[in-house]
Amino acid sequence: MTDDDRVFKALADPTRRFLLDRLFARDGRTLTELESELEMTRFGVMKHLRVLEDAGLVVTRRSGREKLHFLNPVPIRLIHDRWIDKYRERQVSALADLKSELEKEEAG
Amino acid sequence: MTTMTERSITTQVYRVYIKATPQAIWDAITKPEWTERYGFGGRVEYELRPGGSYRVPTTEAMKKAGAQMGLSTPDVMVDGEVIEADPPRRLVQTWRMLMDKETEAEGFTRLTYEIEESSGGVSKLTLVHELEGAPKLAALTAGEREAEGAGGGWSWVLSDLKTLLETGSRLAG
Repeated sequence: MTDDDRVFKALADPTRRFLLDRLFARDGRTLTELESELEMTRFGVMKHLRVLEDAGLVVTRRSGREKLHFLNPVPIRLIHDRWIDKYRERQVSALADLKSELEKEEAG
Repeated sequence: MTTMTERSITTQVYRVYIKATPQAIWDAITKPEWTERYGFGGRVEYELRPGGSYRVPTTEAMKKAGAQMGLSTPDVMVDGEVIEADPPRRLVQTWRMLMDKETEAEGFTRLTYEIEESSGGVSKLTLVHELEGAPKLAALTAGEREAEGAGGGWSWVLSDLKTLLETGSRLAG
């Protein structure tokens, strides 16, 4: 399975999308916090988090005795850049415009 | 749950797998000839030792654009101090965005790069940005202001970095 396959597979489940939305709303949560928002066993939530972690969509970090779950948006960005951008009809010059816009914003 | 579990997490975590050696990724983060080729560009200036300085001088293109808008552009876009440099594995530093008064006023945040070798010539780059007390900057690094033309934040920068290292050219290139 490729990285993209893992991301699409992980996203193809409403519970997993719900978990990502919860982390988007507030990042860095424990399993206990995430579990409290779902009608599901702790083991079930763990399994879903495992799939999200394998796809790189969730990254865990230790903070003291707690394991915190963070949303990692980079795989979604990569899919956006590789698949969605590609099918959007846009001229190359649009990217040049974007670059100058970005630089203007930075200079502001 | 009770309010006991409520806490405001202001840390952002980004991870990307790149088909490159840890050294190549380290160089792409710390050497100006690389940093000018992805993300916002700019030739980074690092003193890679604890207490060493970190600066990204404003590029000519940024200055020119600023002047056209009648704005005075700061000479340095981002600054900070190196806390820990363990090439090519770990870099910890402070990071302050000077592009506008609001982000400047939020002061220094803490940034950690971790690079680990994975399998099959792939390395894992994890970026942890601790943004305590810096909501304006956090919105920017999360890419929330992309529609205004402020860039897609760290996701965009890391996606661009991956493309550059794996293909030799930029997303836009």
